[in-house]
Amino acid sequence: MNEIIGFVFVIIGLIFDVLGCIGLLRLPDVYSRLQATTKSVTLGTCGIMFGVFMFKGFTPTGIKALLCIIFLLLTSPVAAHALARGAHRSGTKLYEKSVCDKYKEEENA
Amino acid sequence: MKKIFSWLLILVIVCTVIWLVFWKFKMPLLQQLTLILLMAFAMCLHRIFIGPTPADRAISVDIIGILVVGFCGLMGIFTGINWYIDIAIAWALQSFIGTLALAKYLEGRNFDE
Repeated sequence: MNEIIGFVFVIIGLIFDVLGCIGLLRLPDVYSRLQATTKSVTLGTCGIMFGVFMFKGFTPTGIKALLCIIFLLLTSPVAAHALARGAHRSGTKLYEKSVCDKYKEEENA
Repeated sequence: MKKIFSWLLILVIVCTVIWLVFWKFKMPLLQQLTLILLMAFAMCLHRIFIGPTPADRAISVDIIGILVVGFCGLMGIFTGINWYIDIAIAWALQSFIGTLALAKYLEGRNFDE
């Protein structure tokens, strides 16, 4: 029973991973790509790790998988925020159809 | 027209890989899932090759770092070896530090500011 639930979580995580990488290929802009990939790939990898936990149960390996989920959820948004700020400060252009740029307005004010 | 054509190309490649992995060759289920994850790796590598700006490449390196963590988890289930999960934890932390260094480099500052 635990193995079936683990397989379901692993498959859901893989679907999110592949969808995030398709977003990395097909979106027009640095910021859109960052917004698409960081969320879905983090969620997908956390799903795979939860699948590992369902396979192993409350052994040391399963507890390490839960610890890995906590690390990913803490570090991934910080890294994405730092990358977005670095890209904006290095002068990367937005997509030409985008509507407004609040960060630039706040820097000029 | 060109946009529709490139979307169709991506769709055909993804469907071909899924058909090859799941129906053409008979393999264990976890090996098939690992090959699907390798397809996601190939997409990130393609973005590193064609990326127009340096920020694209930095994002792709970050995403590959997160994907390796999931790959180590899958290999830990598939082979039954327990220390793959230790590699996953260490890789998550190192990838975070590397991404922060890349972001500082993109901003044009030194590392000790």
